[in-house]
Amino acid sequence: MSKKIISMNVNGKKIEEAVEPRTLLVHFLREKMHLTGAHIGCETSHCGACTVDIDGESVKSCTCFAVQCEGSEVITVEGLAQGGVLHAVQEGFYKEHGLQCGFCTPGMLTRAYRFLQDNPNPTEEEIRSGMSGNLCRCTGYQNIVKAVQYAANKLREDAKKPVAA
Amino acid sequence: MNAPDRKAALQGMGESRLRKEDARFIQGKGNYVDDIKLPGMLHMDIVRSPLAHARIKKINKEKALAIPGVIAVLTADDLKPLKLHWMPTLAGDVAAVLADEKVHFQMQEVAVVIAEDRYSAADGVEAVEVEYEELPVVIDPFKALEKDAPVLREDLAGKTEGAHGKRYHHNHIFTWDAGDKEATDAAFKNAAVTVSEKLLYPRVHPCPLETCGTVASFDPIRGELTTYITSQAPHIVRTVVSMLSGIPESKVRIVSPDIGGGFGNKVGIYPGYVCAIVSSIVLGRPVKWIEDRIENLSSTAFARDYHMTGELAATAEGKILGLRAHVIADHGAFDACADPTKFPAGLFHICSGSYDIPAAHCTVEGVYTNKAPGGVAYRCSFRVTEAVYLIERMVDVLAQKLNMDKADIRKKNFIRKEQFPYTSAFGFEYDSGDYHTALDKVLHAVDYKGLRAEQAAKRADPNCPTLMGIGLVTFTEVVGAGPSKMCDILGVGMFDSCEIRIHPTGSAIARMGTITQGQGHQTTYAQIIATELGISSEVIQVEEGDTSTAPYGLGTYGSRSTPVAGAAIAMAARKIHAKAKKLAAHLLEVGENDLEWEIDRFKVKGNAEKFKTMTEIAWAAYNKPPAGMEPGLEAVHYYDPPNFTFPFGAYLCVVDIDKGTGETKIRRFYALDDCGTRINPMIIEGQIHGGLTEGFAVAMGQLLSFDAQGNIQGNSLMDYFLPTAVETPHWETDFTVTPSPHHPIGAKGVAESPHVGSIPTFTSAMVDAFAHLGVTHLEMPHTAFKIWKELKAHGLTH
Repeated sequence: MSKKIISMNVNGKKIEEAVEPRTLLVHFLREKMHLTGAHIGCETSHCGACTVDIDGESVKSCTCFAVQCEGSEVITVEGLAQGGVLHAVQEGFYKEHGLQCGFCTPGMLTRAYRFLQDNPNPTEEEIRSGMSGNLCRCTGYQNIVKAVQYAANKLREDAKKPVAA
Repeated sequence: MNAPDRKAALQGMGESRLRKEDARFIQGKGNYVDDIKLPGMLHMDIVRSPLAHARIKKINKEKALAIPGVIAVLTADDLKPLKLHWMPTLAGDVAAVLADEKVHFQMQEVAVVIAEDRYSAADGVEAVEVEYEELPVVIDPFKALEKDAPVLREDLAGKTEGAHGKRYHHNHIFTWDAGDKEATDAAFKNAAVTVSEKLLYPRVHPCPLETCGTVASFDPIRGELTTYITSQAPHIVRTVVSMLSGIPESKVRIVSPDIGGGFGNKVGIYPGYVCAIVSSIVLGRPVKWIEDRIENLSSTAFARDYHMTGELAATAEGKILGLRAHVIADHGAFDACADPTKFPAGLFHICSGSYDIPAAHCTVEGVYTNKAPGGVAYRCSFRVTEAVYLIERMVDVLAQKLNMDKADIRKKNFIRKEQFPYTSAFGFEYDSGDYHTALDKVLHAVDYKGLRAEQAAKRADPNCPTLMGIGLVTFTEVVGAGPSKMCDILGVGMFDSCEIRIHPTGSAIARMGTITQGQGHQTTYAQIIATELGISSEVIQVEEGDTSTAPYGLGTYGSRSTPVAGAAIAMAARKIHAKAKKLAAHLLEVGENDLEWEIDRFKVKGNAEKFKTMTEIAWAAYNKPPAGMEPGLEAVHYYDPPNFTFPFGAYLCVVDIDKGTGETKIRRFYALDDCGTRINPMIIEGQIHGGLTEGFAVAMGQLLSFDAQGNIQGNSLMDYFLPTAVETPHWETDFTVTPSPHHPIGAKGVAESPHVGSIPTFTSAMVDAFAHLGVTHLEMPHTAFKIWKELKAHGLTH
């Protein structure tokens, strides 16, 4: 099958690759970019294990073609930590025991990362609704809610700190 | 450091230690089977049957083989010369690897396509042409047993003897019974009151978020096979693969890497695994197979499908005298149940529950139908969920008949604290329990009397928009399979193992026969060693899942890791402890009897200044052991448990059902668990949340149903209910601690109790909402539509 050259920005790095037009973004990220954080759990956009961030929106990469991301900014779980420091959502999931088998976690984290930018001060109900596109079979969500609350608090505290000169 | 600080620094048992596993998972660096990529790796995909029962007339591979990238197409005929077209099951039956002349269920594996990449493999699957001749389909296990029912298993024609005794019908697999029939019949004959209820435990699926898959890699030069696999039991996979392939077990390496949830789905050995292994052997290249979600829900590992009848005999005052249970068990096309080999119905005979019942008898009949094979323990010990559902439902039914309160009837029939160890009418020896304390704690915490008063007021108010139900369950589980005198898998006793090595500088590595799938073994096992040996859990590495490095063990399922492998850890650690004491005595130039152990060191009695820490002892073990002592500090222990463990709990649930829509709100769910000694309270709580949520899913929405043609209905996440954060209730947890007397650290296992216990609690609450209308049972799942129909039948819809 003929290939198409696509270029996009993945986790802050500009890349250019030849792909079959039918290549799903999740396969492109996992197999071409070697970013195996996003997982495939259902192939039908229900479970959210494949969630990544594209141009400021949470997207399920199992039902999106790589060619649709031409020119886009893509952030995966591997791009959340900066300079060796965990992002607040990663820290929250660790501290609040928000994960068990870990399979849903990358999708949960990228979703929480976007959700808290859209709603920095959410109620529990808003967290449950905002995270409802991501399924978890292990935790029963109670600690995921706590993890997102932890991250929300931390992000708000961090925002108050003066920027170092 | 003072003693309390030194103890805290160990992060040992009882601490809510944060998880060691998380660093990799939160940074996208887990290593699941689909993340594994080997040089030259091919991809396999499966051609599946669209029909539930049909003869295969012809398979045409030509078009598939013409597709660029497709390397090979294999059918049963290709596997026949290798004698691999059928494989033995754990239950003593055989299962088709690829359909041999006939398909027995929809989505059965018919052929495999191996290609350069997953897209070409999928193209190849589309291009394989299979001609079928349709045969009559049998979905209902009762119809399967009718005289003129179609013969499903032609390969068993004329076989009147199965793996578990006589077969009385061509679609009958086994009849198994336990208990004392005569004594039970007598109890029923003389009883003042008897009740009977039919209870269907419908077919559901564990549905972990990661599906099943494998990467098989055969090295033709060395004759070695390495297989990465989503398995909850890698060592037994190695034994089976060696037996099937003829490759010596020493040249077979099975690796369970990170596993994205198991819940029983990943215990069995599936055709996809076998085909990928065969393909790699035939082609000499690594072959990856990853199941998609529809394949997962359709073909690997259903659970339950038990058509049960429960009966209780009792005095007029509610003292239970006898229990009778009968089950028609729909096992699908092949008996591929994952149970200890001698128990075709698992541990179903725990169905006398938490109650002191003098006489009991149960019978389970296994039946073939045109459905997928399986019968796995979905987040439970073998068939224990079914058993607990039966007894807890029946106790409610009896209470209703006698107009007794659900809590009172339970208290009246509980095995009392002083009766432990207690031998049940089915022969289990319950290790320990304190059921009254657990139930009283729950009733007090929720203000049970207040709830009943509120319910009475609501029932009296015709304008109340909701029906209120209170569910109550007091369950006992049987886990930690198991004593090898009773439990084996294909002849291998169900022990488990641990090897601990203490390095010269005092850090340690422990290798285990189990495999974590989210339970946090790398965290909790280290805590046991930390407490036993006084080494900080931060410097203890725990490794599992690689059969080339780990000692042989039977794996992780049936809540057996802590009861069996956890005991092996303690015993291995104690061997090291004993040697360390000798070393300490040598170093301190005193007798062993002059020493006492304190947290992380041996002290000379009465002289706090003279001591040797475990770190110092470790160095000495490699540096200057006393004359006659082997250098080194390590031990291995294979633990064959003397008995099962019996965790228990008391759960209470309050539901409010909307009379207009039939929608149910779980107002409150209070779960008290007693799992004996608690190793990591944070992880225990997480396991309980997860188990309760899976129980909620089963009770309120999960169902694998079939139409009359055997088409599976709802086999994607579009239809199969996995609750989101929105539907999932808020859980309240509590505990009591009744250690197991026979376990080295008193731990009983926990992860499955909340699933086993919560499901009947939800049903108990739903039925309770309708109980004043004479309803004694409602079948799961309790969907809004079914409940709305029930409301309508009682004229309650607005």
